[in-house]
Amino acid sequence: MTKAMELKFSKSHEWVLFDGDKVKIGLSDYAQDQLGDIVFIDLPDEGDDVTKGESFADIESVKAVSEAYSPITATVTAVNEELLDSPELINSAPLESWLIEVEGVDEIEDLLSAEEYKKFCEEAEEA
Amino acid sequence: MDLKTPLYDAHLEAGGKMVSFAGYTLPVQYKDSGVIKEHLAVRNQVGLFDVSHMGEVVYEGKDALANLHYLLTNDFSNLEVGRVRYTLMCNENGGVIDDLLVYKCSDEKYLLVVNAANRAKDVAWMKEHLFGEVAFSDQSDQFVQIALQGAFAKEMIEKRTKEEEIPKKYYSFTENADVGGVTCLLSRTGYTGEFGYELYCKPEDGIKLWNLLLETGQEYDIIPCGLGARDTLRLEAGMPLYGHEMTEEITPLETDLNFAVKMKKEDFIGKKALIDKGEPKITRIGLQLTDRGIVREGADVYFNDKKIGQTTSGTMCPFISKACAMALVEKNSVEIGSPIEVEVRGKKIKAEVVTLPFVKK
Repeated sequence: MTKAMELKFSKSHEWVLFDGDKVKIGLSDYAQDQLGDIVFIDLPDEGDDVTKGESFADIESVKAVSEAYSPITATVTAVNEELLDSPELINSAPLESWLIEVEGVDEIEDLLSAEEYKKFCEEAEEA
Repeated sequence: MDLKTPLYDAHLEAGGKMVSFAGYTLPVQYKDSGVIKEHLAVRNQVGLFDVSHMGEVVYEGKDALANLHYLLTNDFSNLEVGRVRYTLMCNENGGVIDDLLVYKCSDEKYLLVVNAANRAKDVAWMKEHLFGEVAFSDQSDQFVQIALQGAFAKEMIEKRTKEEEIPKKYYSFTENADVGGVTCLLSRTGYTGEFGYELYCKPEDGIKLWNLLLETGQEYDIIPCGLGARDTLRLEAGMPLYGHEMTEEITPLETDLNFAVKMKKEDFIGKKALIDKGEPKITRIGLQLTDRGIVREGADVYFNDKKIGQTTSGTMCPFISKACAMALVEKNSVEIGSPIEVEVRGKKIKAEVVTLPFVKK
């Protein structure tokens, strides 16, 4: 039995949406706000493996490049190609702008609930 | 602990995202706009920058001109009072210590504006090389500097300043202009490639001038702009930045700044080295990606699979919507239109050599 849709967050500021066997990963609102205007992203290909704790995408904002880290070890089943042409969608609608969809989840890091994540970001702001 | 400029509170109030830069805490962008909007505001209407971190030093006395002549690469003998000139300051090896602006206030008084990050180093170097009858003072803390950049800057200043006090020519200034009741040095200069002014006033008048300009600019949709847009604007305009296109290891001739080096001048620090080195072996180019992606500084540049140099700055240029970079490459290795490649995280991306500035207006 898998639970219904469930949204979680990683400490490296990705959101993770569990939907049956499929899992979508995107950047949190906090992450897009920190990055500023996103102008380019580089995503893996379908069939690639992503590894827990490792980078799977380059995110370029006007100012700098950063990376998105996978909270999960799994296989990529789809990438959001719309974002390749319109990366600014991540800024305007971060929770709708999934980067990749994965399946065959092997390992998962400890994820935070929405509420825990909110607190985590607040603490990061104060630090 | 970073220093705050006198406009710090105004930045916080406006939602400035504060970062540490050259010993100051300054807004990299503002919450309601962001780098792209701020950049476009300057290109399309007008924007306001706090650049109080810049350093100001003054040479005063009978031998002020002689000092500058020996210390700096440009020629100031024919500079008129009320005019500004761009110059480099070189070390004995011909490497660039800093790039700066020289304002001629009178025959015996010059104001020099230097990069914040280099201020301590510059001041030490300048003091070390003083000679004759001259008083040198670092007055950086006695100025707030505000840059008003964009086409509407002209109308804005006209509304607040007497016609005769407005500097008309590019690189000219009025030392004691009255801008809406604030006395400032009003200079027709900037670092964005747009029409604009830079205003220098006393720290205690800073907030008043800042607010006055924001108010005056309201009808032109002025917005405050941060360091992020300052960098993308100067890059899009093909303007070099110290620490990127210029360093102590690179001579002005190698980075295409010959116009600011007067080799015919009798003597200046670095001249001998520049002569000894002969024709420069590298040069500065502009490149634009033809593949998708972004290239930053430090990327290797290839032509016909041969490495010819490295990028020195790069980003997405918001007005032209192209990923661009400047690079130092072997001289005569490529020409405008040459197809080249840049290596970004192990991948070679296609690019093309283009003319500077990237933005053509």
